[in-house]
Amino acid sequence: MINLPMPLIQILIGLVAILAFVGLNGLVLVYLERKIAGHVQRRPGPFEVGPHGILQPLADAVKLVGKQLITPKGADAVLYWAAPIISFAPAIVCFLPIPFGPTLTNININAGLVLILAFTGLNVLALCLAGWSSQNKWSLLGAARDISQSVAYEIPLLLSILPIMMLSGSLNLYEISTSQGAWPWQWYIVYQPLAFIIFFVCILAETNRAPFDLPEAESELTAGFHTEYSGMGFGLFFLAEYSYMIVACAMASILFLGGFNGPLASGWWWFLLKVYALLIVMMWLRWTYPRVRFDQLLNICWKWLIPLSLVNLLFTALVIKL
Amino acid sequence: MMVKKIKQTFTDLWSLVVGLKVTGKNFFQPQLTVHYPRETVDTLDGYRGHVELVPKKNDPFNPICIACGTCAKICPSNCITLHVKKVTEPAPSAKKEDSASQEPVQNNQKAASPKKPKTKRVLEAFELNYNYCSLCGLCAQSCPLGGLRFSKNVYLAGVSPKEFEIDLLARMRSQSQIAKEEN
Ligand code: SF4
Ligand code: SF4
Repeated sequence: MINLPMPLIQILIGLVAILAFVGLNGLVLVYLERKIAGHVQRRPGPFEVGPHGILQPLADAVKLVGKQLITPKGADAVLYWAAPIISFAPAIVCFLPIPFGPTLTNININAGLVLILAFTGLNVLALCLAGWSSQNKWSLLGAARDISQSVAYEIPLLLSILPIMMLSGSLNLYEISTSQGAWPWQWYIVYQPLAFIIFFVCILAETNRAPFDLPEAESELTAGFHTEYSGMGFGLFFLAEYSYMIVACAMASILFLGGFNGPLASGWWWFLLKVYALLIVMMWLRWTYPRVRFDQLLNICWKWLIPLSLVNLLFTALVIKL
Repeated sequence: MMVKKIKQTFTDLWSLVVGLKVTGKNFFQPQLTVHYPRETVDTLDGYRGHVELVPKKNDPFNPICIACGTCAKICPSNCITLHVKKVTEPAPSAKKEDSASQEPVQNNQKAASPKKPKTKRVLEAFELNYNYCSLCGLCAQSCPLGGLRFSKNVYLAGVSPKEFEIDLLARMRSQSQIAKEEN
């Protein structure tokens, strides 16, 4: 028997569980997304594979796995194939410090919030590499857009988290959760509604969701940074995108909606419920709004979100001091 | 100025909520599409499928069409080919012509010789190549007798272009046959 230190075993088990969770959630979210898209447009969505089409994502996954992996001519093969992995791997790490329930945190570290923010930032690098190494104009344009978008939106994102740090006095996600009560009026969203709205808009942009899906922009850039990817190369990007969506919504529910705290019985069910509610809102937004133009996107960020979040931050600081 | 701008911002923000209301409402409304192979729709009144021949009122097995060829000439995509047989009616001496006549007549078809008063042009097949049809409707519009109309043939799917080369005369006859059997 190899003697592994306890924390390592814990992390390994956690990683395996997270991988399973991410895979399962990927399937569920793809199905949910297509169903919501269908119903918003008053059509049934996937319906043919399995009862009400619930096996459709599985069939899609099998199709993706079975496809040939093609490296385009002139592409930088190493970077090209590293990119989807660099995109997906940090997403898994981001799940480690998330407190799913009162006793369900993989690693309870003090800098959990910082860890997530740092690792989600890596995704930008992956998309940049993917766009650059594909030897394709659309990919390159998608990558360029993604970088300027991320640079712009990281700032209001952090500025909207700062008031929560001040209120809870902690960077530990578990402590932030427990510093909020069980009932909705004890959650930080009540004290910081503006920060919540800014945070939510920013995570839409950070996860490249419509109406801020400019790096992918099907109608302009074919598929943006992942135009050239086939099979599981594309599959990994896809999975990474959904994982980041879950991470982002988990953050939103921990920071603003009380995390796993809920009326009557606190537990992971409240957490999942909140995360899924936010995910559904994200999809609802996607199928409601048209994509913004790039200058509009940057205008929203620099002219509105950053000043507003700064004002909000100052105001919070003042109130706490007084 | 400033007040106006702020007001405008709030109206804009409100429009986002209105948008969500629209899609949210649609989400819960009944669906407009049907599950095709198992269900079909019957409201095809406005549907314009490929063209079809109109049968005579009192003789549903024969078309109104007199094989004049106007439709074939006007079709911008050359979809229509007429197969016409010239029949010289009571003349016993016309045997030769009778057998040698079946010729495809397309755009540059010449009018039948007017010298013989009793020569009749009988439509043998009215071939529509639906693959190239743009559904412009010129053929139906230009027919001097109103012998063509749009069909309601929605459920048209096939695996090869051959399946969309339709003999409209045969189609019309078989439909009349079915209608007759049903009555
Ligand atoms: S124009 Fe009318 S009458 Fe003339 S060939 Fe065409 S369908 Fe027949
Ligand atoms: S609808 Fe237009 S394209 Fe089609 S057969 Fe008639 S004339 Fe030709």
